[in-house]
Amino acid sequence: MRNPQLNDHGQLQHLLTLEGLPAEVIGRILDTAVPFVSIAERDVKKVPLLRGKTVFNLFFENSTRTRTTFEIAAKRLSADVINLNIGVSSTSKGETLLDTIDNLVAMNADMFVVRHGASGAPHLIAQHLSAVNCMHIHVINAGDGRHSHPTQGLLDLFTIRHYKRDFRELSVAIVGDVLHSRVARSLIHGLTTLRTPEVRAIGPQTLLPTAVETLGVRVFHDMRKGLANCDVVVMLRLQSERMKGSLLPSAGEFFKHYGLTVDKLALAKPDAIVMHPGPMNRGVEIDSAVADGEHSVILPQVTFGIAVRMAVMSILAGN
Amino acid sequence: MKIEINNGRLIDPKHGVDRRGSLYIAAGKIAAVGEAPSGWHAKRVIDAAGLVVCPGLIDVAARLREPGFEYKATLESEMEAAVAGGVTSLACPPDTDPPLDEPGLVEMLKHRARSLNLAHVYPIGALTVGLKGETITEMGELAEAGCIAFSHADAALADTQVLLRALQYAATFGYRVWLRPQDAYLAKGGVAHDGEVATRLGLAAIPACAETIALDTIFALARATGVQVHLGRLSTQEGVARVRDAKKAGLSVTCDVSINHLHLCDIDIGWFNAHCHLVPPLRGTRDRAALRGGLDDGTIDLICSDHTPVDDDAKQLPFAEAEPGATGLELLLPLTLKWAQESNVTLPAALERITISPARILGIDAGQLGVGADADVCVFDPAAYWIVEQKALKSQGKNTPFLGLELPGKVRYTLVSGQVVYET
Repeated sequence: MRNPQLNDHGQLQHLLTLEGLPAEVIGRILDTAVPFVSIAERDVKKVPLLRGKTVFNLFFENSTRTRTTFEIAAKRLSADVINLNIGVSSTSKGETLLDTIDNLVAMNADMFVVRHGASGAPHLIAQHLSAVNCMHIHVINAGDGRHSHPTQGLLDLFTIRHYKRDFRELSVAIVGDVLHSRVARSLIHGLTTLRTPEVRAIGPQTLLPTAVETLGVRVFHDMRKGLANCDVVVMLRLQSERMKGSLLPSAGEFFKHYGLTVDKLALAKPDAIVMHPGPMNRGVEIDSAVADGEHSVILPQVTFGIAVRMAVMSILAGN
Repeated sequence: MKIEINNGRLIDPKHGVDRRGSLYIAAGKIAAVGEAPSGWHAKRVIDAAGLVVCPGLIDVAARLREPGFEYKATLESEMEAAVAGGVTSLACPPDTDPPLDEPGLVEMLKHRARSLNLAHVYPIGALTVGLKGETITEMGELAEAGCIAFSHADAALADTQVLLRALQYAATFGYRVWLRPQDAYLAKGGVAHDGEVATRLGLAAIPACAETIALDTIFALARATGVQVHLGRLSTQEGVARVRDAKKAGLSVTCDVSINHLHLCDIDIGWFNAHCHLVPPLRGTRDRAALRGGLDDGTIDLICSDHTPVDDDAKQLPFAEAEPGATGLELLLPLTLKWAQESNVTLPAALERITISPARILGIDAGQLGVGADADVCVFDPAAYWIVEQKALKSQGKNTPFLGLELPGKVRYTLVSGQVVYET
């Protein structure tokens, strides 16, 4: 089966997942993002790389933060941006996902940024575009179900590279709700592709998917053991609905075992960095003292996120 | 009409027949095998040189979608598909809309099927009213209307007290009960096998123990009630082992596997191929190997199509949201032949799994070519390969994970009660 996100020449056609994305492609995106970081520091925060292009933000699932960063990224590239919160419009009128896509194709879209609650939705859209001969339209996955969130994975990689340089010497710990996390899946694929020797998944059995070690991670249930000597700690967001079912007894008990505190962080390397995809639940997965502490790179992640999304859009547009 | 089918390879698994010869049909019955009856004059002669002549195939799980889901498929379209696939008898599960829980619905279905004059249709009645798992149905009335067994189709039956009583009631009157072993709670929300693939793709998973726990429950209840149970759509290695042990221990239980699970596994989902969204989910490669092993040693009695036509719109959705199921009536024979080739199973042994074995489970006198039997016959070319394409399928459902695959076995003639109902 051909990699669905590369074209016949091996170039990036869509960004759907980091799984199977060649290291060179990832490297090129990260390299391209570097100069975009400084654009944000200029007086005129715009470059004309996407001038005349129309980017549709298709959000079938609510998200203010991710949508905003994509919007900023597209606007800094001089694209026209249309935001559609489809969760509350078309589908409730009975229009199917692909009907919506066909309509937007007819409006001469150049790029779709898609967030959807079901794993695989962006793949379906990409497949459909190729079936209707619209290979000039690009799809960026902005998060699908539990499957993938590749731009988040890329910005995490960018952040790690910014602070730590060489992936081949790192030990990265990912903590919390891996089961429901598209962020974790994307980062794991990115890290293993870039030859990170040790990626750890830390959490209770209820929040780790079956056979997660086949993704290339070491599993720890004891957070203290899992954090020992690691260079990077990635805390995952714990959705509040996870605490209502049978996955966890309470936020308090979760924090006791898997919340990141100053005390637990001391087990990692002295120069370890702490990351979080946001939005944070202070006191649930992370203590404020850590979130606001000197090891935290959570806010730089947000800044880098815009640059990385600019890089992805720019490369997809053929620059 | 007198019909003579000449020079074919006659295969009748029930009678151990596998030889070149002719078949003579008169008044809807098999009149003779091998030698023509005296004074024989055929109205029609079919030359079956190079072809296999076998009993019409019998499928224990084919959804015809009527009543209620006519936009997915109709009796007309699916009965055409059946005979195009060489299937002359089929049992349909009760998961229609409304479900087959009232005699009137069953009579209507039988009447509609009879008027089409294609394959024989054997409805399976709902075990509980509305398949809601609360109240048992009027099984006596349903049996009188034509139900040959009772099942809960794919609907959840979580309440084991209801299940026990339904089995007790069915056992009282000697009705057969068909169950698909799946624990309702463990399967809740799941769309894929709990393993590496579901983890990678981020799909909600159904663990293998959903099947084994259900099997253990069913076995205990079957022992307690003495009911005759048939298990549908086995899917796991552990499940096959459980059934093997239960049979060894003397429990009177039978089971089937679908053509999909015999050939595919979760890896085939690829990048979210919704055609592979099936019930039960496609399991791992070890499970598939175990299912083949179970079919080989007789733990699994037969192969079914689990025919489930789905309209295009319902499949053009993200994996989890797409409606599960695959069309299968026209693939039952080819995929059985493919399995036989791959597993070094002889043609008669393979055909046994789709003729006389399912006939026994259904309790019908079919699936054989003995003199005096109903002349339900399938004539096919075992050496003809064809590519599964949407336009090649008569079924209204074009949904199958096998699209694009080249398969052996092309049906040339199908006869039901001595009449040619399909030829190509």
